[in-house]
Amino acid sequence: MLLIECPFCGPRAETEFHCGGQAHIVRPSNDVDDTAWESYLFIRNNPKGIHAERWVHNHGCGRWFNALRDTVSDRFLAIYAMGEKPPAIDGLEDGNDKR
Amino acid sequence: MQRYSIVSIARNALTGHRNWQRAWRSPEPKPSYDAVIIGGGGHGLGTAYYLAKEHGLTNIAVLEKGWLGGGNTGRNTTIIRSNYLYDESAALYDHAVKLWEGLSQELNYNTMYSPRGVMMLAHNVHDVQVFKRHIYANRLNGVDNEWLTPEQAKAYCPPLDIRRDARYPVMGAALQRRGGTARHDAVAWGYARGADALGVDIIQNCEVTGIRRDGDKVIGVETMRGYIQAPKVGVVAAGNTTVVMDMAGVRMPLESYPLQALVSEPVKPVFPCVVMSNTVHAYISQSDKGELVIGAGTDQFTSYSQRGGFHIIEHTLEAILELFPVFSRMRMLRQWGGIVDVTPDRSPILAKTPVRGLYVNCGWGTGGFKATPGSAHTFAHTIARDEPHPINAPFTLERFRTGRLIDEAAAAAVAH
Repeated sequence: MLLIECPFCGPRAETEFHCGGQAHIVRPSNDVDDTAWESYLFIRNNPKGIHAERWVHNHGCGRWFNALRDTVSDRFLAIYAMGEKPPAIDGLEDGNDKR
Repeated sequence: MQRYSIVSIARNALTGHRNWQRAWRSPEPKPSYDAVIIGGGGHGLGTAYYLAKEHGLTNIAVLEKGWLGGGNTGRNTTIIRSNYLYDESAALYDHAVKLWEGLSQELNYNTMYSPRGVMMLAHNVHDVQVFKRHIYANRLNGVDNEWLTPEQAKAYCPPLDIRRDARYPVMGAALQRRGGTARHDAVAWGYARGADALGVDIIQNCEVTGIRRDGDKVIGVETMRGYIQAPKVGVVAAGNTTVVMDMAGVRMPLESYPLQALVSEPVKPVFPCVVMSNTVHAYISQSDKGELVIGAGTDQFTSYSQRGGFHIIEHTLEAILELFPVFSRMRMLRQWGGIVDVTPDRSPILAKTPVRGLYVNCGWGTGGFKATPGSAHTFAHTIARDEPHPINAPFTLERFRTGRLIDEAAAAAVAH
């Protein structure tokens, strides 16, 4: 089980949180083609390394935040507010979509 | 290949079993092959075997970054069944079950396929309706599946607690008698031995570090042991598929999660079949060694850690004990995690890709072991002929763009 630093409540057990998956996904406008829509719905970053993702402290303060986590060690590298850009860290893939 | 038989055992006994041949060679990689398979698990080794045996492609190699069957092939709970809801899935998984039935003879290697029956428990009205729907759908597809009353379920699996006042009372069960288990390692080893005998080079400790393309077609792979030219490359890398496909510039609709399993200390035979329960999220069987084999859930976040969270084990054992209080004093012996690649519709991808000569077999999620022979058999067809096999044709990469999903949300028969 992970110990996760909620920016509002401090360090809490993982079971108090829910992971909301990849962060910074932007919904495209309605007139995009099928490929862009597929990308929005189904294609995710799945790096072996640093992943930007959303978490919610649903059994605590109930608030969302973003985090950078290393998917090999599961260590949290940074926690930052919703709407903020991820802090610069070596190895972070940029953007939502490399295609 | 030295054939295994009672005669060969007797002959080798005379020399104290010191002169058995190695089951496969350890060749140096050649600079060029007709096809390369990335991933030496059951699906990859099986693909190589069928490529050599049924399609005459013998100048091929299997590249494995670790050891054979050291990934999810050696980390699953060995359950085999084909009672899937949709026509496409039933065809694919039942093709596999039919191959399982003759696999030990086919490979001259004991895969210990044991059709001891897979029983899925219904605990509420919803479960009853869903399972009956599955049973009728399965029968229309020629897949055996039958409804049992609680008393019939108890007769089939005596440790089952069918008291009406249990917290999760058993209201009935769906039983697939052809379902069961097999020895996971033996599947990898049997296919490896068979493929090797047909001339396939199996190269372990050889991680692929790059995929070389010439425009829209693949021309070879970079490995830790040098560049290998190949006009056809099959990626069968389970949880690491995204990492490998990124090397070719193909984005995949996959996320990788740790999935755990654990085994108890070995005891005398107490558990005759496989029992699964969606509602309490438990599945359990007993290996021939006597260990209770218990499948747990995935972590909630993507990871490559091959470990899994401790609270997942706790949750799983709570569920097991709700169903089988008799096991409350059993000690758990080992626990491990495997990295499963999960697609949005919980169905696999067995297909060509936008890159010519590059094929992918992935997305088996939490339930790929059962499909090993069927997956390998149809994927070999796709690679050899550069076209889908009729059975794997629906399992394309494009379905996430066209919307033609195969939405097996209950693919693992446990809640996701």
